[in-house]
Order: sequence, then structure tokens, then C-alpha cells
Amino acid sequence: MQIRRFFFDKITGFWMVAALVTILLLPVIIGIGLYMKASPIVSQQLFFHLIFSSKWAPSLGEFGFWPFIAGSLYVTFLSFLFTAPVCLLSAIYLTQFSTKQLIRVMHPVIDVLAGLPSVIYGVWGILVIVPFVSRIMAPFFNTTSSGYSILAGGIVLAVMCIPYTLNMLIEVFNTVPKGLREASLSLGATFWELVKHVVIRGNYPGIISAYGLGIAKAFGETIAVMMVVGNVVKISGNPFDAAYPLPALIANNYGEMLSIPMYDSALMFAAFLLLIIILIINLFFRYLIHKTKRQ
Amino acid sequence: MFLTETETVSRQSDKLTVKNEVQLPILRVQHLNVFAAQNHILKDVNLEIPRNKVTVLLGPSGCGKTTLLKCINKLTDLYRELRVSGRIFIESEDILHTSTNIPSIRQKMGLLSQRPFPLPVSIYKNVSYGLKLKGIRDKKLIDFSVEKHLREVGLWEEVKHRLNAPATSLSIGQQQRLCLARGLAVKPSIILADEPTSALDPISSKIIENLFRDLKKHYTIILVTHVLRQAIRLADHVIFMYDGEIIEQGSPEELFGNPQTDKLRAYLVDGN
Repeated sequence: MQIRRFFFDKITGFWMVAALVTILLLPVIIGIGLYMKASPIVSQQLFFHLIFSSKWAPSLGEFGFWPFIAGSLYVTFLSFLFTAPVCLLSAIYLTQFSTKQLIRVMHPVIDVLAGLPSVIYGVWGILVIVPFVSRIMAPFFNTTSSGYSILAGGIVLAVMCIPYTLNMLIEVFNTVPKGLREASLSLGATFWELVKHVVIRGNYPGIISAYGLGIAKAFGETIAVMMVVGNVVKISGNPFDAAYPLPALIANNYGEMLSIPMYDSALMFAAFLLLIIILIINLFFRYLIHKTKRQ
Repeated sequence: MFLTETETVSRQSDKLTVKNEVQLPILRVQHLNVFAAQNHILKDVNLEIPRNKVTVLLGPSGCGKTTLLKCINKLTDLYRELRVSGRIFIESEDILHTSTNIPSIRQKMGLLSQRPFPLPVSIYKNVSYGLKLKGIRDKKLIDFSVEKHLREVGLWEEVKHRLNAPATSLSIGQQQRLCLARGLAVKPSIILADEPTSALDPISSKIIENLFRDLKKHYTIILVTHVLRQAIRLADHVIFMYDGEIIEQGSPEELFGNPQTDKLRAYLVDGN
């Protein structure tokens, strides 16, 4: 009996470590795989040229990824701009001021938003957001747009990211002890001062990591964005213009047009870039969290 | 000393008003009822708190002592599910039905909770927080006030070299004294202390108790406790609560020496 227990203990321990190591190795293995597949194009052209050139003519052997990177960054930035204040304000209200009934209603709503498949957001974007942008927003700003635009992509992405960021912010703000709120109020703070000094200032690291999670999710989101963003290879600062984000490039073209030399390798390079950028975003937010925690 | 007649009269009337103020209760609660959903937490509470004395709210856990304290400080606003009715007079102002802004009412009272809750900033900023909220910007005045109140709670010598260190770096007993100093800095007239020593070690508890003995010269102290010995050590006036009701109130000699009700008698026997 004792021996059986001993071995059982050893075996379970081994499997736990094995599971953990697998998870740790996964991104490394994926990264190496992508790099190997991308290596033909990297060995042929300069790395920096690939990233910063904006010439995209695969049949001529020109692979400049900058329009795609810029498109992705732009859409993500817009979505962050829309998500950040909405999530912050509603999370503060829900955790600090709302009644228990409202919290009970909000939680399933957030869960449903998080669980909807992204293709539904895409369809909703085509049916609602694209016409909204072309018929209402564009005339309002004295311009014209087909509606399939960076702005539409940003709005759809924002809606998709809300449940993630919001959930995380709610978790963060729920950690503020009641006693701390009472202390601040009893010293003469108004409700707004309580929020500013105790809820927000005490939780910078948590707020940053919630936003970081939202941004990383937005950057990699593919289907819904692809359906509303227009998919035109160009660089434009105008949010009413179409763009072509990096994930959309891969999803639209992989498996097709592979007769063009280097195309396969170029798409793998795009995937590798995506991985690197997500990694950089994560590291950047880790650094921010570390810095604010030290303060 | 040569005083004119009018001066003598005015001196005498000064003395009279001072005497009157001492005798008038600083706080009166009338027909206070608190409901939460189906529960009746406080049942028709009527009481008076004497000025510059330590009033002890005594009773078993869950009898409504803390809720009563939160009503006095209007912290019940934080709990949407609570319904409060009745009157609470501080001086002569009914704070449950008033147009005065609530933060300034709360600043009349310093709160000390069961566990210290320092704000997530430095020691210095914890004490200056209330002053800043009052709109005081004069750096010298703030420095003076921070030192004065840290001295008042006996913390100055321990922290004067690290005022900019985070408040959470202090021991829990020091944190509790910091919270007291922070409350005193806004110049309250009442200190509300909700089992302030329940999370502290015996030495820190003793320091806090000694502080209360000194502070009552300048402040009225309302102390919630379920520790009978602490009540006996500190109380000038005792209010015994049970299940949301006030069972007995009066001087400690009356209540502890000659309890009138079975509930208090049982509590005194079990408590010892």
C-alpha cells in the first residue's frame, strides 16, 4: 500500500511538470516553426526592408509588410481608444456604486459578449457598423466612405474587446477593500475623489494589465476585422479609408496563390511578425506594470 | 488684574457657555431604524453621547454596533441596500436630513476601523490627505500639521526619517496609529473607533488605549468593542446593545455594578 501511494505520488508529480513544460515550450516551438518556414524570404531580402517597405507586389517579388503592420496598429489603436474609457467608467460604476441587482444582470451580459463567435461580430459589423460609417459618420465629417474602413474595424474590435477588458477591470477594482473606501470617505473625500485616489491610483498595475490584455486580443483578432475593414493594401491616416491588417492578409491568402514564388514564405513571415509584435506588446505591458508597482 | 465690569461679565458668560457645552450631549440619535432587505438591523435606537468622554458601545458580534457607527458617519451611503430612517443630531444639525455637504459632515468625525486601512501612498501623504481635501495648500502648515498629529499618536519618532516610505511598510500597530493621526488631522470633534484593537497585539492595543485616555480631553470618543475588559478599562459611559436594540445605557458603575436586564447580566457573566 505504502509503495503504491509513493509511486502514485511520483507519477502525478511527473505529469504535472510535463503538462507545464509543454505549455512553456508551445510558443517557442510555434515561433521556431514559423521562422523556419519564413527563412527563404528572410535569407533573400533584408529583414528591415521587409518590415518597413510599403511596396507590395508579390508577382514582382516585392514584399513590403509596412501597410499591413500599419493597418493592424491603426485598427488596434482605434479600438483601444473606444474601449478604454467605456470599460474604465463602467467597471468603476459596477464595482463601486451599483446595486447588487444590476451586477447580477451585468455578469451574464458580459459573458455572452465574450462568448459570441467573432464571425457574428463580423456580420453585425457588415449589417450595422459599415452602413453607419458610410451613411452617418462620413457625411458628418464631410467625407465619403464605402463604410468598409479602419473606423468600422476599430468599432467592431472595440465591442469585441470590451468583455475581456471589462471583466479584468472588475476583478481589479473588486480587490479594493471596503475599509479603504470608508477611510477615504470619512476623511472628507467626495465619491469622485474616492474613485480617483483609491480606486484608480491604487490600481495602476491592474488597469494597465487589463488594457494590455485587450490590446493583444485586438491586435490578433482576424475574422471580424477582415469582414469590415476593406482589405486594400495602402497606407492612410484617414480612418474612413480601407486598410489591410496583418492577420487578414494571412487568412485571406494562405492556401491560395501559392504558385507565386516566395508567397508561401512571405505569409509565414507575416505570421512570425504577428507573433513577435504580440510578444513585444506583452513585454511592454509587463514592463509598465513592473514600473508602476515599484512606484 | 484690573478688569472692567463688562469684561468680568463677559468672562463669566464665557465660562457659562463652556460649562453648558460640556453638559450638552455632542450627539443625539432619535428613533433610528435601519433595514437591509428583510432584516431589521437597528430597531428604534435612541441615545445621547456625552462630550469629551469615552462612550463604549458594547454588545455581542452582529448586534448592530458597527452599523450604528456607520450611520453616524453617513457611511451607510456606500451600501445601497440599506434603508435608514430617524434623526441623528451632531451639535444641533440633523445629519440625515441636511443640505450641508456630506464630506464636511464626515470630517467632523475621525474613523478608526477594525483593521488599519492606510491609503496606497506614503506615510506623509496619508496624514496630509484630509488637509488637501479641505483645500489646504500651504506646505508649511501641512508639514506642521503632519508632525503635530504624528506626535499626538506617538509615531513621529518612529517615522520621522522615512515620511516618504509607503504607509504599508509600517507594522500593523503603527499603521493603526497612522490611521488615527490621519483622522485627527482633519480636526474632528468625534472619534469613531470600531473595535480598533481587534487586529493588534497586546502592546499595540495598550498604546491605542492609552492614547484614547489622553485624546478624550479634546475629543469625544465612541468606541465599539465586544471585549468587556476593554470597556471596563476605558468607558465613561456605556451603551449595551443586543440584536439591534439598546438594552441598557448609563455610567459604567451602574451597568457593570448593577445590571437591570438578564441579557446584560448574562453578557457580563460570559464576558468574564
